[in-house]
Amino acid sequence: MFNLVESLIDAWSTHEQVIWNLQIVFMGIMVSLSCGLVGCFVVVRRMALLGDAVSHGILPGIVIAYLLTGSLSVGPVWIGACIAGLGCGACIEWLRTKTPLREDAAMGLTFTSFFALGIVLLSLEVGQVHLDPACILYGEIGLTPLAPELVLWGVPCGNQALWNMGLVCLATMISTVVFYRFLLVTSFDTSLARSLGMPVASIQYGLMLLLALVVVASFESVGVILVLAMMILPPVSSSFLFRRLPNILLSCLPLSILYSLGGLHLAYWMNFPISASMAITGVVIFLPCCLFGPNGGIFTNTKSLSIQEGSKGIPIN
Amino acid sequence: MFLLIWKRLRCALLLLALFWMPCVLCAAQISSNLEQDWINKAFRFWTFADYSIQVIALGAILIGINCGLMGGYVVSRRLSMFGDTLSHAVLPGIAVGFMISQSRDEVALMIGATFSGFVGVGIISLLKRYTKMKEDSAMGLVLSGFYALGICLITYLQKSSGGGMAGLESYLFGSLVGLSADDLIPLCLCLAMIILCFVLLNKELLLSGFDPSFARSVGLPVDLLHFCLWILLAFCIVSSLQIIGVVLVSALLIIPAATAGLLTHKMSRLLLFSGILGALTGIIGCFLSFLVERLPAGPVIVLCSAFLFLTVLFFNPVRGILPSWIRTRKRGQRIRCENTLKACYQVLEESSFSSQSFSQTSLARRRRKSDAEIEREIDVLIREGYATRQIILLEQKSELPSENMISLTPSGWEIATRMIRNHRLWELYLTKEASYAPDHVHDDAEKIEHIIGEKTVRELERILDNPRRDPHGKLIPSQNDIDRGWLSPPLVTEK
Repeated sequence: MFNLVESLIDAWSTHEQVIWNLQIVFMGIMVSLSCGLVGCFVVVRRMALLGDAVSHGILPGIVIAYLLTGSLSVGPVWIGACIAGLGCGACIEWLRTKTPLREDAAMGLTFTSFFALGIVLLSLEVGQVHLDPACILYGEIGLTPLAPELVLWGVPCGNQALWNMGLVCLATMISTVVFYRFLLVTSFDTSLARSLGMPVASIQYGLMLLLALVVVASFESVGVILVLAMMILPPVSSSFLFRRLPNILLSCLPLSILYSLGGLHLAYWMNFPISASMAITGVVIFLPCCLFGPNGGIFTNTKSLSIQEGSKGIPIN
Repeated sequence: MFLLIWKRLRCALLLLALFWMPCVLCAAQISSNLEQDWINKAFRFWTFADYSIQVIALGAILIGINCGLMGGYVVSRRLSMFGDTLSHAVLPGIAVGFMISQSRDEVALMIGATFSGFVGVGIISLLKRYTKMKEDSAMGLVLSGFYALGICLITYLQKSSGGGMAGLESYLFGSLVGLSADDLIPLCLCLAMIILCFVLLNKELLLSGFDPSFARSVGLPVDLLHFCLWILLAFCIVSSLQIIGVVLVSALLIIPAATAGLLTHKMSRLLLFSGILGALTGIIGCFLSFLVERLPAGPVIVLCSAFLFLTVLFFNPVRGILPSWIRTRKRGQRIRCENTLKACYQVLEESSFSSQSFSQTSLARRRRKSDAEIEREIDVLIREGYATRQIILLEQKSELPSENMISLTPSGWEIATRMIRNHRLWELYLTKEASYAPDHVHDDAEKIEHIIGEKTVRELERILDNPRRDPHGKLIPSQNDIDRGWLSPPLVTEK
């Protein structure tokens, strides 16, 4: 059943296939790179579940913007998604501080309600729309090459979807480099950041905006839930390999190339959706990192094992 | 007694009406857009006319009760996001169960889903214990990883086995179509198990949830109880998946329980309320989804319960945001009123109660406020019936054309003396019994005078042996003075 050579070679056998698949691979690299870069900060701030909540919460914004403008271009959709995402974040914060609800309940309540609202809006208007619920759940990266050609001043410049994602990826990289110091300090030591005069709250909101931008740009490719995988997997895997944040950030690039290529081939071999197989490739790469990674892997780090051996039982907080 | 019942009933009816109106309006609008005979459909639904509707409605109610009951524990133990993770983690199990049984066999799907849910939770706990990963990243990792695996397996099955797999798609968002009586059996079983477990183990579950170390010290098998709860939770989620869908089942766990948490703090009542709320939203969501064919059931049920949550959050008569905002506003108004009245008394006292009225400027001087502000305060007093205002024309040569003279009405006088009495009694109490310095007691008394009731004041009088003078040597009006009313003679003469 499994023929390694065939499944590796098949995707690159003809000229058309090479062009088609290269576009998908590029798209995958850019999606997982930008998600991974944002994800590094999200994970160290222990906001991973907030990332999940926001990625669900932007759905009504996307749908409303789509229904108003009738197109899925990044601009208006991004604005709608940012409004919804920030609204979702604000709702969680308000419920957490102003009502007796705890943080986890506030989060679970808000994002599921937002998501449900999005789905209901979507299914009411589904007749005229090519945005179908399944696409939101696991994306259609495989259809990237079908996106219309971008024409600038009469010159065809290639695939529009790729350009959009490329711009978002570039924006993510630039803002990571420019604001690196701010992000680093506010992530690890809020009080130091305050004493250095950094605007902690604005940086937090800026990160949320960036998160919304990345999620919006990638949700069409990988879907709402797998965005979370693309955000968490790179930093978590490489945190078992490296100690310092710059190394972890840099390792996002090779990891995303691996995810993209691995996902494509896995999808070819098993007939899976490409986005989900990218996530599975990520998990497969995560496993050896977690088990044998030099920085805190399970089998290489016997110290922490012996310390915590005393506790046992079922995993409840 | 009857009044109390009627009051409660009225609140409940109001809530219900508030909740129903938009629902019905919304349903009406949607349906008229679709030009369907919605009255007919609604009638068919609410009379439970045919068999399929009976099945659907029963299913929705059962799911609501199950998830509501389990949610009570999930939310109170702060496991909401665990519920979400668990509901995503069961997806590969469903696909594997299907692969093994080669049909939509309920038992196989159930076993597979429960198993994979457990594997997911186990991985979270392993990652948390043996690596440096934090809980949130571990949960996110398991959630998205298992979900990706489930999506892959389901797509693979769909592509490899052709049309027979249409049902598995519905596990993502849920659907009511094709729900048969056989599908209700797991729901009933689950409900029976939950109720049995909660009734038999009520005390143990409560204790192990809220104080695990104490429970352990009295010899309860805490881990076993947690395990029990996990099995129930997994079973509950798996049995609801077909109607609600993977993505939103956690909402049904969280929202009714959170709503019930706003209404009560007692665990048994919380469970009861959240079960009822779950059933209510289940059936209403079902109805809307039945009315408009394109609406998937899961999201509509979730929206309904979110709507109910918001209604309770804002309009709950005891702790709701709107009622407590109104109460705070009213209290603020009352306190401002009382402060003005107290100042009026002090102005009158300065003039040794020689006349019944005083000028507005003297009050302004006393309160250290501008004339315009005092004007507004007096307007409030007049509106409440505590004071009257006369405009007295001064002589022609005076620069000011007129002067406002204020006099208090009997009710205003009563409140003013009462406040002064509370204030001075409290000052005296602090100096005598709590050994405060006399110049430190004013601010404290300024706050407490509005709050202490008649009973406490009597108690103070008893402790202080019916005093007549406060620490600053001023007269404390007695209950007699208050009862006798407007400027009673002894008060004037004694001064």
